[in-house]
Amino acid sequence: MAGITSYGAYIPYSRLPRSVINAAWGRGGGRGEKAVAGIDEDTISMAVAAGIDCLKGTDPKTVDALFLATTTAPYKERQNATIVATALDLPREARNTDFSNCLRAGANALMSALDAVNSGSLKSVLVTTSETRLGGAAGEDEQALGDGSSALLVGNDKVAVEVEGTYTLSDDVVDYWRSHEDTFIRHWEDRFGRDAAYMKMPVEAAKGIMKKMNLTPKDFAKVCYYGANARAHAGVGARMGFEAAQIQDSLLDTVGNAGAALPFMILVGALEEAKAGDRILLLTWGNGCDAMVFKVTPEIEKIRDRRAIKRHLEVKRTLDSYGKYLRWRNLVSLSPLSRPGGSGVSMAAEWRERRTGLPLYGVKCKSCGTVQLFMSGSSMRAHVCLECQAKDNFEPYRFADKTGKVVSFSHDYLGGGIDPPATRTVVDFDGGGRGIFDMVDRDPEECKVGMDVEMTFRKIRYVAGVHNYFWKCKPVRD
Amino acid sequence: MAGSIKDRVAVIGMGCSKFGERWDASANDLIVESAYEAFEDAGIGPEDIQAAWLGTTTGSTGMTLSEPLRLQYIPITRVENACATASDAFRNASYAVAAGIYDIVLALGVDKFKDSGISGLSDGGIPGPGHNMMAGAAGPPPAQFAMLATTYFDRYGLSYEEGKSMIGRVSWKSHVNGARDNKAHFQREVSMETILNAPMIAWPLGLYDCCGVSDGSAAAIITTPEIAKSMRKGKEPPIFVKALQIAMSPRDGNFNAKFDYTHVPATVHAAEAAYKEAGVTNPREQISMAEVHDCFSITEAVTMEDLGFSPRGKVREDIESGRFDLDGAQPIQPDGGLKCFGHPIGASGIRMLYEMYKQLQGKADDVLNPGQPSRQIKNPKMGLTHNLGGSPSGCAIFVGIVGLEGV
Repeated sequence: MAGITSYGAYIPYSRLPRSVINAAWGRGGGRGEKAVAGIDEDTISMAVAAGIDCLKGTDPKTVDALFLATTTAPYKERQNATIVATALDLPREARNTDFSNCLRAGANALMSALDAVNSGSLKSVLVTTSETRLGGAAGEDEQALGDGSSALLVGNDKVAVEVEGTYTLSDDVVDYWRSHEDTFIRHWEDRFGRDAAYMKMPVEAAKGIMKKMNLTPKDFAKVCYYGANARAHAGVGARMGFEAAQIQDSLLDTVGNAGAALPFMILVGALEEAKAGDRILLLTWGNGCDAMVFKVTPEIEKIRDRRAIKRHLEVKRTLDSYGKYLRWRNLVSLSPLSRPGGSGVSMAAEWRERRTGLPLYGVKCKSCGTVQLFMSGSSMRAHVCLECQAKDNFEPYRFADKTGKVVSFSHDYLGGGIDPPATRTVVDFDGGGRGIFDMVDRDPEECKVGMDVEMTFRKIRYVAGVHNYFWKCKPVRD
Repeated sequence: MAGSIKDRVAVIGMGCSKFGERWDASANDLIVESAYEAFEDAGIGPEDIQAAWLGTTTGSTGMTLSEPLRLQYIPITRVENACATASDAFRNASYAVAAGIYDIVLALGVDKFKDSGISGLSDGGIPGPGHNMMAGAAGPPPAQFAMLATTYFDRYGLSYEEGKSMIGRVSWKSHVNGARDNKAHFQREVSMETILNAPMIAWPLGLYDCCGVSDGSAAAIITTPEIAKSMRKGKEPPIFVKALQIAMSPRDGNFNAKFDYTHVPATVHAAEAAYKEAGVTNPREQISMAEVHDCFSITEAVTMEDLGFSPRGKVREDIESGRFDLDGAQPIQPDGGLKCFGHPIGASGIRMLYEMYKQLQGKADDVLNPGQPSRQIKNPKMGLTHNLGGSPSGCAIFVGIVGLEGV
C-alpha cells in the first residue's frame, strides 16, 4: 500500500513579529510572529527548499512525479511544478502537476499521489505544498498570513507513515476567496465563516472518518488541522473531542497561516516527534474538508535527519522593520530607480541550459578527473576542461547538493539591491569546483573566509512577467 | 615569440583632455581636445595621419573618430578590451607601424559616460543565459575587487584596521598627486582620517578606495624611430616603445580553486612577457615609475606584487614607507591614477602613457596646478603602464613599457 516514505519542510529565515506590524500602524500588542519569505523567495523557491529537505538520502532520479499544491503559484500559465522538479533534478519523464486554487490543494495532491502509486502508474511522487499569500496593509490578513512549505514523498517501499483512510466533504462554502483580478483575499462576514463553516465542517469530517473507520479520539496520538486563528483552532479541536495535549501545534504564533501548506507543515511537525504505532488525524480546510488517518511505522526512525519544522523554526532572524517587509512584498510605491534594472532571462537560453542552470550541474572531466562548474556569460555548458584542456570529455556533476567553503566575499552596499548589503561570495565546493554566488540568510558580521555554506534555490529577479530563478549560498547551520 | 616591439616605434606627440564629469563636453569635443594637442605636440595635422586605432567602450565603429576629426577615407579600427581598450588600440597601432605598413598613425581612446544619467557604470556584460542565471552574483566592480581585499587581509594576517590603513594609504598618495595636476578629475588632497571613515561601498572598500567614473580622451601619434628623431629635432626627445603585452585570463577565478584571490595571476603573465621584451631583469630597480590600474586601492596594492615591484605579501611595507609616493624610490600614479585623474575606460591606457611621456620628457609640470610643488620625477628612464580590464577573477591585462632611447 502507498504511504509516506519521507517528509520535509521549509520555513523562511525572516520572522516578522506582529508587534512590529502593530507598532507601524499605531497599535499596541501583537501575538507571536509570522514567517516572511525573503525578497528572493517565492512559492516555487520554497517548494524546492522543502523538496531538498524531504529528498535527503534519496536519488531524485528515482522520483517520477512532482505535485505542487498552492494558491500562490508564480505562473498562471507555465507549469510551476516542472520548475520545482527541474531544480530538484527529477527526471524529464516525471509526471508533474500543479494543484491549485483551493486551500485543500495539498490534500488533493496527496490523495492523487496515493491513488497513482496504489494503481501502479507511479512509483514515487514528491508532493509539495508552498504558500506566499499576501495580506493588504493594515488588515487582519497582514497579521495572520505567513509563508512556508512542506514536502511528502509518497511510495510503497519503506513506508514510514501508512494511510489508513481518507474522507472528503466538498462544499462550496465560501469564507474567503480571491478572483482572477484580486491581489488580496476577500472575506465574507467573519461570523459566517466561523460559525457556519470553519467551526462545523472539520468537526463533521473528523466525526465522519472516525465513524467510517470505527475509531474514537482516544485512538489518535495527534490531530493536525488548519486554523485561521488560534482561538478558532482551539475551539475546533475541543468540538471534535480531542484533549489539548492531542492537538498538534498550529504554527500560528511562529509561522502564521500558510494556507494550503499549513496543515501539511503541522503534519510534518507531528511526524518529527511521532513514534511507531502512533495514529495521526489530518484535517484540511477550504470549500470543504478532507480527513486523513495516518499510522506511523518503525521506518520513521530512519528519516529523522530532516530540518523539517523544529530546526527551521530555530534558525531565524527577526525582521524589525515593517518598511522592509512592505518593500519585500512590493506593497509600497518606491522612489524610482536611479539605474535601469537588469534584463530578464531568455526563455530559449533557459531551455537550452535546462540540464545545467536550474538543477545546477557542472562537469567532471573524464580525462583528468577535475570537477568544475562553469558559469559563463553565454552558457553554463563547459566544452574544454579547465585543467587538461580535453574537449567534450565530461560526465555531469551536480553542485546543488554540495556544501562548500567561502574563499572570499564582499558586502556590497551600493549595488546591493533593495536589501543591502548584497554578500557576494566565492565558494569552493567540498569535492571540487568553484562558483560565485550571492550569500543569503546571513548576518554580515558572521561572514568569514573558510566558513561553510550550502546551496539554496532563489529568485534572482522578475522582469516583464518572467521569474528568473537560480542558486545562491547560505551558511550551514546544522 | 617571433619578434619584439622594443625600439621599433616611437611616440612623437601626445594629448590628453581634461578628465572629469565633463558636462560641458561631448565625446566629439573630448576627441578633438586630445587629438589636436597631440597634433600640435608632433607638429603635424590630421591630414598626416595614415591610419588610426580608436579605443572606446561606448562608441561604435571607427566613424566615432573620423567624424569629429574629419579624417578623409583612411583606415580606422575600433578596439574594445574593457579597461585595456586604449592600450590595445595603441598596441595595434604600434604593430602596424613596426610592420612597415604605415609611417604615421594615431591611437586615440575616448569614453563619455556622464550622459548616461546614472552614477557608476551601466550594467554591462553579454546578456546570455549564464549572465542572467547568475545575474548579480559576481556583482558590480566594487564587490568583485573587494574580494581581493578580504582574502589578502586574511592570507597575510592583517586585521581589518591594518588592511584598511594599508589600502587607505594608497588612495591618500594618489590624492596628493592628483591635487597637483590641473587635468585630473579630483584635484584635492584628502586626509587619512577622511579616507578611513568614509561610507562603505562594498565592504571592506569605502568611498575613497574606489576610483571615479569620468569622461575623457587621450591620444598618441606613433611613427618609426627614424621619422621620430627627425621630427622632434630641437624639441624634447621622442619616447620609445619597449614592450607591449596583453594577457587574457580564462576567467579562472570564477571556476578554478587554484585562483586564490590574493592577487591577479594574469598580471604576472603580462609583466613577465613585457620584462622579457624590454630586457628588464629587475623591475623594482629598473622601472622608474608606473601608472597602474588602481580602479580600487586594493588593486594597486596587489598589482605592486604582481609586477614584481614588491615581494609577495610585503607590499604594505613599501606602501607605508612611501616608496610609491611622488618623492619615493618608485613613484606610482604620479598623475593621481584612475583614483584621482579619472577613469573614462576607453581612454585610460593612453592617459597613462601620456603621463609617462610627459615625465620622460621632463615636461610633467606643464599641467601643474598653481601653488603646488613640482610633480616632475627626477631623471626617469623607463615607465610602465598597466591595465586590468574586467574583474580580478577574469580579466584582460595590459602591461606596457616606454622609455628614452637607448635604455
